[in-house]
Amino acid sequence: MEAANLPPLVGQQFDDIEQQREAAKLGMWIFLATEVLFFGGLFLGYTIYRFTYGQIFVHTSRKLDVLLGGTNTAVLLISSLLMAFAVRAAKLDQRRMLTWLLIGTALLGCVFMSIKGVEYHKDYVDHLVPGRHFEWHGADPHSAELFFWIYFAMTGLHAIHVTVGIGIMLVLALLAWLGKFSHGNHNTVEIAGLYWHFVDIVWVFLFPLLYLVGHR
Amino acid sequence: MNGTISDSESSMKSATELVVERPGEFARLNYLSVHHGVRSWLLTKDHKRIGLLYLFTILIFFLIASVAAALMRIELVTPQPKLVTSETYNKLFTIHGVLMVWFFLIPSIPTVLGNFILPMMIGARDVAFPKLNLLSWYIFVAGGALALWSLLHGGVDTGWTFYTPYSTTYANTHVISMAAGVFVAGFSTIITGMNFMVTTHKMRAPGLTWFRLPLFVWSLYATSLIMVLATPVLAITLALISVERFWGVGIFDPKLGGDPVLFQHLFWFYSHPAVYIMILPGMGVISELITCFSRKPIYGYAWVGSASMAIAVLGFLVWGHHMFVSSQSVYAGMVFSILSFLVAVPSGIKVFNWTATLRKGSIHFATPMLYALGFIGLFTIGGLTGLFLAALAVDVHVHDTYFVIAHFHYIMVGGMVMAFMGGLHYWWPKISGRLYPELAGKLAAMITFIGFNLTFFPQFILGYLGQPRRYHVYPPEFQIYHVLSTAGASILGVGYLMPLIYFIWAWKHGRVAGPNPWRATGLEWQTPSPPPEHNFEQTPVVRGPPYSYSAEKDVDLDVASI
Amino acid sequence: MDRFRLFPPQASTTSHEVDALFFALTLISLFFMVVIFLPIIFFSVKYRRGSPADRSNPRSGSFLIESGWTIGPIFLSLGLFAWGAVAYFRMERRPANAIDVQVVGRQWMWKLQHAEGKREINELHVPVNTTVAMTMTSQDVIHSFFVPAFRVKQDVVPGKYTGEWFKPTRTGEYHIFCAQYCGTQHSRMIGRVVVMEPAAYERWLKSGEPTESIVQTGERVFHDRGCSGCHAPNSQFHAPLLQGLYRNPVPLVNGTMVTADDQYLRDSILQPGKQITAGYQNIMPSFAGHLSEEEIMQLIAYLKYIGNQPPASQ
Repeated sequence: MEAANLPPLVGQQFDDIEQQREAAKLGMWIFLATEVLFFGGLFLGYTIYRFTYGQIFVHTSRKLDVLLGGTNTAVLLISSLLMAFAVRAAKLDQRRMLTWLLIGTALLGCVFMSIKGVEYHKDYVDHLVPGRHFEWHGADPHSAELFFWIYFAMTGLHAIHVTVGIGIMLVLALLAWLGKFSHGNHNTVEIAGLYWHFVDIVWVFLFPLLYLVGHR
Repeated sequence: MNGTISDSESSMKSATELVVERPGEFARLNYLSVHHGVRSWLLTKDHKRIGLLYLFTILIFFLIASVAAALMRIELVTPQPKLVTSETYNKLFTIHGVLMVWFFLIPSIPTVLGNFILPMMIGARDVAFPKLNLLSWYIFVAGGALALWSLLHGGVDTGWTFYTPYSTTYANTHVISMAAGVFVAGFSTIITGMNFMVTTHKMRAPGLTWFRLPLFVWSLYATSLIMVLATPVLAITLALISVERFWGVGIFDPKLGGDPVLFQHLFWFYSHPAVYIMILPGMGVISELITCFSRKPIYGYAWVGSASMAIAVLGFLVWGHHMFVSSQSVYAGMVFSILSFLVAVPSGIKVFNWTATLRKGSIHFATPMLYALGFIGLFTIGGLTGLFLAALAVDVHVHDTYFVIAHFHYIMVGGMVMAFMGGLHYWWPKISGRLYPELAGKLAAMITFIGFNLTFFPQFILGYLGQPRRYHVYPPEFQIYHVLSTAGASILGVGYLMPLIYFIWAWKHGRVAGPNPWRATGLEWQTPSPPPEHNFEQTPVVRGPPYSYSAEKDVDLDVASI
Repeated sequence: MDRFRLFPPQASTTSHEVDALFFALTLISLFFMVVIFLPIIFFSVKYRRGSPADRSNPRSGSFLIESGWTIGPIFLSLGLFAWGAVAYFRMERRPANAIDVQVVGRQWMWKLQHAEGKREINELHVPVNTTVAMTMTSQDVIHSFFVPAFRVKQDVVPGKYTGEWFKPTRTGEYHIFCAQYCGTQHSRMIGRVVVMEPAAYERWLKSGEPTESIVQTGERVFHDRGCSGCHAPNSQFHAPLLQGLYRNPVPLVNGTMVTADDQYLRDSILQPGKQITAGYQNIMPSFAGHLSEEEIMQLIAYLKYIGNQPPASQ
């Protein structure tokens, strides 16, 4: 098939838009598999030390604010819902709706980051950030410091992903406003949605592992 | 043209001589000639040009890493230091390891030959994501730049393995920037792997079913699987040691009750599969070469293809065999030992099938075939010595000695580099449209083979004698083997320099090759050399299995022509 | 010097075991090399281009042959695995009735101490035909204690104890190498094992300054550092008694049991909250940073000594 006969948005390497759509979706899934293993290293570290220092991790975990963590869980879950609606809106060619839903998703992402920032600030004030200023008055300060190191590494890496996601959502919102996703050209919204849901799911694992282990 | 397999059969009948004698046609409108200027290269989305960008880049890293190796070999001629200080020596083996592993071996066949040939082999116009493909090269260059920056600012002395707590707490060198370089380059690997997987799944020409794929494609697919699933673990591990080093505390720090051996688990969970990134593509190339130059279909196609996948999967389960003496539990050691023995089986299957393919063939000893036969020889020795390392009791003795060094150089250099050279010679006419000088090629292949064995075989003996790796000074009774090894390395150097020179010469002055100088059957040969920008005038249709060679006809024609 | 030496000296019981497997593997490798290389050479000559050989009816596979060269190597490798694993198991299990040596690795030297209290640096004197068992740790990075003539090697890891044992069978001097890269002077972190006749070894032990035994030193540390303030039988603090403890199971707060081995004692000194004995509060301060690796080892030697005494003796 000649490239000239195709709609302009199909890459020259593809035969048709269907092939392009499938390729993009498969690519995103493979990327998410990569991401799972990227977080996997940290989850492995967490698991090993959770077994080695079980009691200490339980005690230390109580220092985290379950209320703020729980609120953040809810915020992310709602943002995922908005994202799912956004994909639907893209498929139904609802330009305004799509734009607002994407902005809503990004805003909830910002809310999540703000709450996270409040938490981090509290930890900083309470000298819970590992390193020279770390202070722990219970037994075994070293293991407590290890717990907080893992907590910051995991939530920090997750926060980086949320930030990237917010950026993507804002760019997509702009493009949606300009009508780039009309006429069945919703593929980009769909694969961005996959990414956002992934970020959400990671948090769904982090929340119980870090915040809830100390609570019966 | 309608490039089907059955057509290539007919073109084969008319050919009476392999290569050289008949000048072919040089395709004037090709991927090199359509665009000009630096911009056209730096902004290209053509997988063929990106392949050449990678070739050029990894050659630079190969040269730097080779110079490091040469300096080490010269230093090791005498037991006491003569040339460099211990700091410098330690930086030399680190830079050699880091650059060779991450900036030469891992990208070598996938990003150069894979990028160039894979889309053509499956009848596609390009890879699935050409922009990402170019991006991967830029990321690779950025990673390489960081690595070179650390090198220029004093280097790193942790060894390519970055073992904690040395790397996190005790080393006084540029660990963070070097780790960042490898981290960044890792994303280029991930993108390449993802691109190849999607391309193989979604871009195959009509009629090209999975079991009609050339074995090179199978091996690249298996490689991509490892790239995508293993590299992120390396990335997070390097990120963790960088943060730990920067922050002063971390999860590998024994002072916090952290376990430095956890680093080794994470590192080898990546790095052992990465060993297969460094050999599987080579195996794929060898399957192509053996069939073409013995004019026979591969023996046991399904077994060779499945062996690639088996290696990729089993390769994820054997990382602990790097840690038999690291204080890992005895029972974990046993599980990893048995799995390591089992991963040798699919490699064995491949070697047996290549050997069986030769039977009743019509064997042409062209340069790529010499490299392929050399590969089988060296890979067999490398693989068999792997059994020594999988056997727990023997590994305790030879672990971290020159025995290990010799073993993995037999696989990485004797295997992967031989395959890379063989593949580069084989596809050179397609890449450049011209032939390299055959006699010089054969000579270089043989020099490489001899030099390689002289360099690395003595190291097996050294290792069993107990010479530990990464030793700047060593007891005088080991000297004779070090001298032999250095002598071999200088021969090996000649073997590598020759192709560099004649390839550059042949780029302009080589004899014109024509579309299919080897009368090979792959789709990549059914289009002019050098190929047009989008590879094929028309999407080819595949109607049969790969490797429809006939040794019998080949001989008949040859005899008739005398 | 024997410059073309092919094998290192066999100077321990382990060396014979390892070499036997090594020779078996070498023979098997040679067998496979013949099986692979001979056909390649034969086919290369017979089926070279233009040769008049018969090329009719070429085969492109046979399920039977493929299965054969898949299953055959699997069984062979299982046999080799078993051989290597059995020998490894013996190498990793510390035998009873061994001479104890404590080893601390640091950049870039080996510090060793005999049970009798004698200290050495980068040298280890041992009697022939006697089992020597080492308890090792590192005070900085990972090292590895390697004696090629004995075919033994074990990483020396900071934060934990690893063990290595050997039974020398020949007198003489043999290399000690650090096998795990440990920094600038890694290749100079070497030494020698001197294997002596038992009588000569006894003379050597008694030579030089008289020293207190490692248990005596440990006892001194136990009192000087205040351990006895809580862990003595008549203490007013509620702390576990240490007599009769060593090698026995300890019930923990979380309901599990742990064996009181060297690693447990070490962890309890440095990270008291890691494993809390059932019935006790975690009131002990951590001694991390307050004791050197040698002192911890001496302390543990003392705890072992009193740990082997019956609990009611004091």
